[in-house]
Amino acid sequence: MSYDASEQDLIRRLALRERAATETIYKTHFGMVQTLIVNNNGSVDDARDIFQETMMVLYDKAKSGEFELNCQLKTYLYAVARRLWLKRLQQLQKYSEEVESLAAVVPVEDDVERMEAQQQSFSLMEKAMLSLGEPCRSLLDAYYIKKKSMSDIAASFGYTNAENAKNQKYKCLTRLKKLFFAQYKTQ
Amino acid sequence: MTEDVQMLELAERYLGGDMTEEERTRFDQLRKERPEIDQLVVEHSLFLQQIDQYGDRKSMKTLLHDTHNQLREAGEIREEMPKVRFLQAGKYKRVFAVAASIAGITALAISGMVTYFSPKSSPSEFAQLKREINAVKASQAKAQNQLNTITTKAESLPVRPVDPGKFGGTGFLIDGRGYLVTSAHVVAKADSVYIVNSKGEYFKAKTLHVNEHTDIAILKIADSRFETISRLPYAIRPNRGDLGEQIFTLGYPRTEIVYNEGYLSAKTGLNGDTSAFQLSISANPGNSGGPIFNHNGEIIGVLSGKQLSAEGVVFSSQSKNILRALDSLRTDSSISIRLSQHSALKGIDRVQQIKKIEDCVFNVMSY
Repeated sequence: MSYDASEQDLIRRLALRERAATETIYKTHFGMVQTLIVNNNGSVDDARDIFQETMMVLYDKAKSGEFELNCQLKTYLYAVARRLWLKRLQQLQKYSEEVESLAAVVPVEDDVERMEAQQQSFSLMEKAMLSLGEPCRSLLDAYYIKKKSMSDIAASFGYTNAENAKNQKYKCLTRLKKLFFAQYKTQ
Repeated sequence: MTEDVQMLELAERYLGGDMTEEERTRFDQLRKERPEIDQLVVEHSLFLQQIDQYGDRKSMKTLLHDTHNQLREAGEIREEMPKVRFLQAGKYKRVFAVAASIAGITALAISGMVTYFSPKSSPSEFAQLKREINAVKASQAKAQNQLNTITTKAESLPVRPVDPGKFGGTGFLIDGRGYLVTSAHVVAKADSVYIVNSKGEYFKAKTLHVNEHTDIAILKIADSRFETISRLPYAIRPNRGDLGEQIFTLGYPRTEIVYNEGYLSAKTGLNGDTSAFQLSISANPGNSGGPIFNHNGEIIGVLSGKQLSAEGVVFSSQSKNILRALDSLRTDSSISIRLSQHSALKGIDRVQQIKKIEDCVFNVMSY
């Protein structure tokens, strides 16, 4: 049962990282989350962080393909933001019972946990990438993330040919894997 | 090095589906022959997946960041603090500062006085709720005799120890293969441990882990007659319970299973012990080691004792201590225990909940 076809559509487009859909959701709901945070001991920066994390929870859920909105998007986002903020306050040991409650809070714990797990592997890779150094980082970024072709990369990085660039890429890749798995396995 | 790079390139082409039919067959063969290459492929596939997710997430984060800045510049969203705050901060800053320091000093003075005048609590205030069996020995011996006379004909009946145990407590399954949790003090100094189910069947158990500080012990049923339970109805909740949360427990203060209910009354135990809870529930000797469930049927603690100088004050070890005990069990003796992840007791009637739990709660007898 979809609650609202247009919201369902927005979420589908968010999963594809469509700019317009992202903007629409952002524009419509940011204010609500900001009010929640700043009225509960948070700063403007906290509000931006929490809202963006909330959007990541929605994004992960949308991408997993299981998303069926059985409440309004607004209600869902509010519940997630509230959960995230409570967690943050608990971590800072500033937990106050004051965080205003909304009568019907939808259960979002599993979704928040999924986002946190994803975020954790993300941080591992980010750390590995950062300690990799240049030009390896940009090279791998261009190939694996920006999905550029080897000949484009050779041209923009000043390698004589695609074959050279490819060799360099595999050397970098070996190093990145070492860095990544060193952390991944100790986790 | 060059061979490594070549292997990596092959693995990547293999995973990316860029190989010809012939190359592929050959590579498949290679994977079968050389386990280190198979390992490389598996690892690389995981890695590619991780880097893909990384890229994907990074793009999404950038998109959100850009959107925020764009919308703010266009004036579509505004970053603003609530006006009330500004007012308070500016106008009354000094008043607040003075008031706060007075409040601070008063609080310190009062807490100092409270500490000074409050009676020192002694360990003897705390009673562990294991049950000395001598009290019920007579009646049980009688029952046993009766049973023995009735069952002399049936030879296949479970062996039971000749005497009732020295101490009794409660224990509950955390893994259907026969792993139980109980209180450390129930099995402390025990030569041997038996557990008894609600049908009166005895099983021999051995102690795997004891932590007297958190009052948690892990037992394993070492008896071939024990039938593995495939799925436990309850899960363990790792985070703290909430104040006022409704709770219930099942235990063996008698040889019969007994139900009690109450609520969580403080988030710490005796003298501020952060590894425990305070409960308001009626508990008697024998209840020690019993599971504390919340209304969803999730375990939030293990009952451990009560305060003698106060009425109805019962303490429970927190569920996170169980998880810790399991962790150390894993590292010490590499026994890994499969916990049930979800409670199958959510939203059902208490009577039904108990029916499902009952078979997983045992009377623990130590000799």
